[in-house]
Parts: sequence; C-alpha cells; structure tokens
Amino acid sequence: MTIDITLNSTPATIADGSTLRELIAAHLGRELDERGQAADGAKLGLAAAVNGAVVPRSAWSTRELAAGNTVELVTAAQGG
Amino acid sequence: MDHATATNAAAGLTELSAANDAFEVAGRSFGSRLILGTGGATSLSTLEQALAVSGTELTTVSIRHYSSGGSASVYELLQRHGIAALPNTAGCFTARDAILTAHLAREALETNWVKLEVIADEHTLLPDPLELFAAAEQLVADGFEVFAYTNDDPALASRLQDAGVAAVMPAGAPIGSGLGILNPHNIAAIVSRATVPVILDAGVGTASDAAKAMELGCDAVLLASAVTRAHNAPLMAAAMRDAVRAGRAARLAGRIPVRDTALASSPGEGMMQALIGDFS
Repeated sequence: MTIDITLNSTPATIADGSTLRELIAAHLGRELDERGQAADGAKLGLAAAVNGAVVPRSAWSTRELAAGNTVELVTAAQGG
Repeated sequence: MDHATATNAAAGLTELSAANDAFEVAGRSFGSRLILGTGGATSLSTLEQALAVSGTELTTVSIRHYSSGGSASVYELLQRHGIAALPNTAGCFTARDAILTAHLAREALETNWVKLEVIADEHTLLPDPLELFAAAEQLVADGFEVFAYTNDDPALASRLQDAGVAAVMPAGAPIGSGLGILNPHNIAAIVSRATVPVILDAGVGTASDAAKAMELGCDAVLLASAVTRAHNAPLMAAAMRDAVRAGRAARLAGRIPVRDTALASSPGEGMMQALIGDFS
C-alpha cells in the first residue's frame, strides 16, 4: 500500500505507515537516528514542517505521514 | 549611544580593535561590525572569498526548500569558516509566515536568532510595519532574539525596542537599490534614542555609504548585494571592511562641528610683513 503526499511542492508516493524520519532519510540518502540526527554525527542543518506546523527533529521518528500531507523540508540558502 | 557618550568612551584610544571595541548584541560579542549577508552571489566560491576577506563573523541566510541536488551548501560553508548564521524571514508578507519561518530556522540552524523581515510588497520590499510589529511581539514571546528589519522610522524603531527586540535594523534605502542612506536624519534619530544596537540594513551601494552609517552612530552595518553583485566581490568586501572600521573610528573620534564659514587652520600670527603690508 502506498499513499500520495507532497514534498517541497512536488508530488511523492511513499509506503503507507512511513514516518517523517524515513521520508527525510530517503530524500537525503543518509541514515538518521531516533533523535533525527545524522548517524555519522554531522549537523544536518534541516527543519521539517507537516501541513504548516514545525515537527521537531526529535519527533521525526514517531511522526507517521498520512495521505495528502504537505511536507516541507528546509535548509539555509543564500540570503541578505 | 549618543555622540558625546561615544566620544567619551573613545577617549585615550588611538586605534580600534576587537579587544577595545567589540560589537555586542544579544549577549554575544563580535570583533567585526560588518555583517556581510550571503544573498546575491553568483557562485559559492566567490561568496566564500568575499566572506573571508570581509572579516565578518555573522552573516544572514534565507530558509528555503532543501533540494537533493548534492551541490555544496551555504550551511557547510559557514560551518567551515566558523561564521555565525543569522537566518532571515525574507519573502514573508505576513506575520504568520514570518513566525513559521523563524521556527523552522531555529530548528534547522539551532539558533534562536532571527532577522525578521515582513515585506509589504515586492516592488519596494519595504517592511509592513503592522505585520512586522505583530511578528516581533510573538517571536520575542517565543524566546527569539529578534533582529527587526524596519523602516527608517524612529517611532516604529522605539516601539520595536520596547517590544523587546535584540536589535533594530533600519533600512537606509530599499533592498538591493544601492541608493545609500536616503534619510540620515532619521537614522541619527533612531540612534539617539536607541536602547538596543542599531544595525543599518539595506540600501548600501558602496563603501562611503557604509562609512556614513557608522559615522551616524550605527553599531554595525548589514549589506549583501553591494558586495556580492559588485564586479569584483572580494575587493568590494575589503572596501566595506575598511569603510566600516573607518566610519566607526570617525564616530568615536568626535568629528568637528559643521560651520557656515571658513575657519583657518594656519595661525594668523607671525605673518611676513611683505604679505600684510605693515612696514611702519
């Protein structure tokens, strides 16, 4: 079973029951631990929001995604 | 700091340094009073060179979608150079959007500092005072150190500092315009009643604008386009570094009063008789 979501304004299909951590890890191609940190200890510099509300990284591994969710994954970019 | 206080504080100094003239804001201390933003650079390597030359210890970044392109990131660049990041809320038109962006920035960059920008319209990019003030109040309540990008309006700046912002950042001129400081009297008025650091933000076009901001008594200058869009960004970064230092020193040194008439600097006494026609 799969569900459709939106990730950074792009439609995406993920396995039903996926957590936010699984989605982000797959998107980054990196392993993330239970606390939402990179397994290699490097700082990710990322934040996530689901349906316009921030989900702290410590909650990424318990946050299950639902069909129709809008996920935004952000980082630092150039800006004045 | 008013002019007399600034001049007294500098009494006895003959050279400014990070040790005797640190820029203190929101409980942290910086050796540089130039905040070079990262916006507008054509490449990360040019940006990196400019940042290094500028001596800046604090820089602004925007918060945007992560793209899994694998290209080198601004975040990694700042980490490598040990430059503190001040995330902005650029692109937000409402308090609600700015507050969400600030919370995302806090989570992503592990900082409670935010440069609060709430823009009225895309044409001027000037702040929307009502949305700005509402967002500032909320973010202060949420525990943020708010650096408020504001109009050059002394009344609004006062209201923002009363609301508990960490710094007020009046615009010299619209973002990216390079028009310099359009209303120096307002900037001076904001400085004269400031209880928090004043950082001139936006409008700087060239080095003399940055020096002028410091001469008016601003505590620091934030600029981006003036460097990143210059033909030679690293060289302009050096110019800005020196201009901020020069303007700061001039401010503390205490400039001469402006006069309507000349005041000779050579002595009037001891003039040659042949010149003054006194042969008696």
